[in-house]
Amino acid sequence: MRRVLSVFAALASLAATPALAAEGGPLPEHHWSFQGLFGTFDRPAAVRGLQVYTDVCAGCHSLSLVAYRNLADLGLSEDAIKALAATATVADGPNDQGEMFDRPGRPADHFVKPFPNDQAARAANNGALPPDLSLIVKARVGGPDYLYGLMTGYEEPPADFKLFSGMNYNKVFPGHQIAMPQPLSDGAVTYADGTEATLDQMAQDVTTFLAWTSEPELEARKRMGVKVILFLLVLSGLLYAWKRKVWAEVH
Amino acid sequence: MANSLQAGAATGHGPGAGGEATRRDFLVLATAALGAVGIASVAWPLIDQMNPAADVLALSTTEVDIAPVEVGQAITVVWRGKPVFVRHRTPEEIKSAEDTPLGDLKDPQPDSARVQKPEWLVMIGVCTHLGCIPKGQMPTDDKGEYGGWFCPCHGSVYDTSGRIRKGPAPLNLAVPPYKFLTDTSLLIGEAPDAKPATGEAA
Amino acid sequence: MAAPAFSNPIVRWIDHRLPIFSFMHHEMHEYPTPKNLNYFWNFGSLAGFMLITMIVTGIVLAMHYTPHASLAFQSVERIMRDVNYGWLVRYLHMNGASFFFIVTYIHIFRGLYYGSYKTPRELLWMLGVVILLLMMATAFMGYVLPWGQMSFWGATVITNFFTAIPIVGDAITTWLWGGYSVDNATLNRFFSLHYLLPFVILAVVGVHVMALHRHGSNNPLGIDMKGPQDSISFHPYYTVKDYFGIAVFLLFYAGFVFFAPNFFGEPDNYIAANPLSTPPHIVPEWYFLPFYAILRAVPDLWIIDAKLAGVIAMFGSIILLFFLPWLDHSPVRSARFRPAYRFFFWVLVLACLVLGWVGANSPDASFHGVPFLWIGRIATSYYFLHFLVILPILGYVEKPKPLPLSISEPVLKRTAYGAKTMEKA
Repeated sequence: MRRVLSVFAALASLAATPALAAEGGPLPEHHWSFQGLFGTFDRPAAVRGLQVYTDVCAGCHSLSLVAYRNLADLGLSEDAIKALAATATVADGPNDQGEMFDRPGRPADHFVKPFPNDQAARAANNGALPPDLSLIVKARVGGPDYLYGLMTGYEEPPADFKLFSGMNYNKVFPGHQIAMPQPLSDGAVTYADGTEATLDQMAQDVTTFLAWTSEPELEARKRMGVKVILFLLVLSGLLYAWKRKVWAEVH
Repeated sequence: MANSLQAGAATGHGPGAGGEATRRDFLVLATAALGAVGIASVAWPLIDQMNPAADVLALSTTEVDIAPVEVGQAITVVWRGKPVFVRHRTPEEIKSAEDTPLGDLKDPQPDSARVQKPEWLVMIGVCTHLGCIPKGQMPTDDKGEYGGWFCPCHGSVYDTSGRIRKGPAPLNLAVPPYKFLTDTSLLIGEAPDAKPATGEAA
Repeated sequence: MAAPAFSNPIVRWIDHRLPIFSFMHHEMHEYPTPKNLNYFWNFGSLAGFMLITMIVTGIVLAMHYTPHASLAFQSVERIMRDVNYGWLVRYLHMNGASFFFIVTYIHIFRGLYYGSYKTPRELLWMLGVVILLLMMATAFMGYVLPWGQMSFWGATVITNFFTAIPIVGDAITTWLWGGYSVDNATLNRFFSLHYLLPFVILAVVGVHVMALHRHGSNNPLGIDMKGPQDSISFHPYYTVKDYFGIAVFLLFYAGFVFFAPNFFGEPDNYIAANPLSTPPHIVPEWYFLPFYAILRAVPDLWIIDAKLAGVIAMFGSIILLFFLPWLDHSPVRSARFRPAYRFFFWVLVLACLVLGWVGANSPDASFHGVPFLWIGRIATSYYFLHFLVILPILGYVEKPKPLPLSISEPVLKRTAYGAKTMEKA
């Protein structure tokens, strides 16, 4: 059995190798509320992160896989969700006259994209395409640490660094040249819950929120996982005892 | 020793003392019970995945502009993938619906229980027999002998209140939850007390 | 053997007309199995268990998945977010592929170590190689379905293998794609085949088990069963051992599904496919990494250019397994009695692990100054040397250790010794 385990470990380390291949700088170490076997999303942080997204990120970045109704997971009330959804303008139709029309958003709608299509997004952003943020934490090596590092990683380029025009220096971004100007700075938003909006605070909050949008099933998954593992431990024990009993007469 | 071992191995079942047999029986029983619980717990997600998904449950309302619908006309709108009949009833239709004695009905229900405003009848346009869509929306349609709707599949006849009068269908055409947003605008999928029809917020 | 008398009258009635119960009895109760199988023999049944798991979860996913280039990515995310327990089924399937390969690779190396491919089990082994090939095709096409960046570019790279074929290569590739690049037509046919192939695997597994039951399992000693004292019935001894094995295996599987579901995956596959931008590092799933390393290790050979040579070497590395029963002609099966073979076996395991590690790294990168390209070339050379040169020579020069007379002999010795010490006490 030990040999099986070592083979398994060897395979696991093999698979892990590509994860080390990030070309950016070292990522800051940070402990996130949603890590670990029993981790859950820090709700107040995620709700603040929603505010950072809607006040800052949503100008350029879509969140198209998330629906307003999903925000109930973060503890938003039905009325709050309706109110937030209604601030968006959703294209609908055709109506009975065959025309498309705009209406206020409803909870069942997905977050409205800031640009109608990728070409429009590029045209408005100097040719760079702001990625959709729904899965961003799962879609980047380093996950939440990368995102947090990116938000807090803007600095002056080293003297010998050749920065292309229209680009910005970021110490964790692969290649260090990023088209997005520094999105967050102290006081960029005014938090509804009165928390002081420092850069570090906002970076943590928006990372927590986007970790939730990436893996909304995380809490249910871990809760179920603990039960399943405990169940399997007991089942394995019983089966082992049974196996020993059956085999007792053979050995 | 060696002989008895061979014998045990050859038959596949070694003799066990009485006490051991009970312990093994208990072990087998406990393990089998736990295994059954495990299989049942795995089966449930595999079954439940076929139930409506969260996004399907959330798409629960349809808004309808009824201003252009003249008296005597009807429109069909789509709500949750099903046709909803909205008929602007004539005074004669209303009168005939209200005057029908409940004793004549297969599924007794007064007209007042089926409408919020007597001139507007809103129903799910799906025959309660086997799910066909009854005729009666278009002016040219056969409306059946009670002036309501007629289902061509198996001949069910509905009256001007959408109640079953003849044929194999067991129940009246269903009334969906709806409310009047204004005098000329309907919201289907939400009852007047402003509660959503389904737990989509959950 | 005569049909057993069943006590249940319904069973008796059915069995008289359709002898499924007699068949089960014959293949489970009467089927003699060596009594000395170790836990490495659990991996066959584990592979069967994974095949069923993949088919069941796959059928469920197909109920919600949309095989269209513009909807596939969203439909997978809809499964993850909106379908009841969709995330569970999807993660079971996604990690299931990895665990299916882990189990199968251990199963294969167990066969290599104990000489399970030797006469009279050559066909059993060759059917296993067929299953491996089918599994690889199925896994590759399945990985394309989520239509993420790795899906798309993995499909592009792998289908481009066929352009290496002289003269007709481009025509074949266009035919595979159903267009001039990997696109909706490709996705559709991959979905169709990904649904079909598992059932082909299931059928070949059936034949594999038939071939197994002809002569029964090999065993750690690699010698034939000489009589009833060497065997026990499959049921209940090995059924209960298999159950236990499955429960322990599920602990590992569940550990990844619930606590590290994306461990084996690539972050890039959570970015929707973009035909205009290749991710900086394209790597296949971990279970293809050794083959990917072989593909990239081969240089221009004589008149064959590196591209074609690499593809030939990669497919050759599996095809040569078909000839293994004849390449290794030593009459002794188990490595336990073949000291030289045992040494080379572990070198082969090491070479395969190294190939996997090289496959995960860029060929122009280097490890402590040694370019990965050269590490890959050394490991690739060893892989082919092992099967094509070392094994045939070993058959002549190796002096095996003396074999025990029967399976039960060492067991009996131990029991006799135990009895003696008992007497003393």
